[in-house]
Amino acid sequence: MLFFNFLIAFMVGGIICVIGQLLMDVGKLTPGHTLVTLVVAGSILDGLGLYDPLIDFAGAGATIPITSFGNALTHGAMAEAEKHGWVGVLTGMFEVTSSGISAAIVFGFLAALIFKPKGKVD
Amino acid sequence: MDPQEYQQLEQQITPPTPYVKNVLKAFLVGGLICTIGQAIMYLYIIFFDFTDKTAGNATTATMVFIAAVLTGLGIYRKLGAFAGAGSAVPVTGFSNAVVSAAIEGRTEGMVLGVGGNIFKLAGSVILFGVGSAFFVALIKLILVTAGVVKW
Repeated sequence: MLFFNFLIAFMVGGIICVIGQLLMDVGKLTPGHTLVTLVVAGSILDGLGLYDPLIDFAGAGATIPITSFGNALTHGAMAEAEKHGWVGVLTGMFEVTSSGISAAIVFGFLAALIFKPKGKVD
Repeated sequence: MDPQEYQQLEQQITPPTPYVKNVLKAFLVGGLICTIGQAIMYLYIIFFDFTDKTAGNATTATMVFIAAVLTGLGIYRKLGAFAGAGSAVPVTGFSNAVVSAAIEGRTEGMVLGVGGNIFKLAGSVILFGVGSAFFVALIKLILVTAGVVKW
C-alpha cells in the first residue's frame, strides 16, 4: 500500500512536469510563461473543486508541483470568502500557502549571506 | 541574403528539439522529486504527529530548504540543465528561482541587490498566482451569492 502511494506520487508528479515540458518544447513558451500557466491552471482547477480530489489521490504528486501554489492561494481565498464575504478574498489569500513563500524568503536570504555568486558559466 | 533565406539557414543549423528525450527526463526527475516529497511527508506523519492535511506545508518548507542548499552549492543548476521542466515545475524550482536571484543580487549589496532582486524570477509566479486566485475566488463568491453553486 505504501509502495502504491509512492508510485502514484511519482506518476502524477511526473505527468504534471511533462505537461510543463510540452508547454516549453511544443508550445514554445519560456520557462516563466510555463510556470505562470501551470499556477493559473491550478487556481482554476481549485475553483472548479477538482484539485482537492487530486491531492487526496496523489499526495505529494499533487502538492509538490507549482500548480498546488495556485490551488493553495485560491483555497485560502475561497475559505475566508465563505466566512467573511468579499473581504475574505483578500485576507484569506496567503492563509494556506504561507509556508512555501516564507521558507523561500528566509532560506533565500540565508543563502545570500552564506554562498557567493558562481557566475553564469560552469 | 534576404530574410527568407536567413530563416531557412537558421532552421538548418538549429538542432531539432529532442521532444521524447526531454519529456522522459522531465517525467523521471519531476516524478522523483515528488516521490522524495511523499517520503518526507510520511516522516512528518509518522515521527512528528502531523496529519495528512498539516504535513503538506511542513513538507513544502523542507523541500524548499533542500533546494536552497543545492542551489547555493551550484548543484540545482546542473539538475535544471538536465531535467528542464522536471526540476522547474516542482516547488523546489520555485525555491531555486528565489535563492539564485538572492545570491546573484549579493554583488549589489544587501538591500538593493538581495532585497530588490529576490523575486526577480519568482515574482511573476506570485503575481499571476495571486491575481488568478483573486478572480477565481471572486467569481465563485458571486456565483454562490447568486445561488448558482454552493461552496
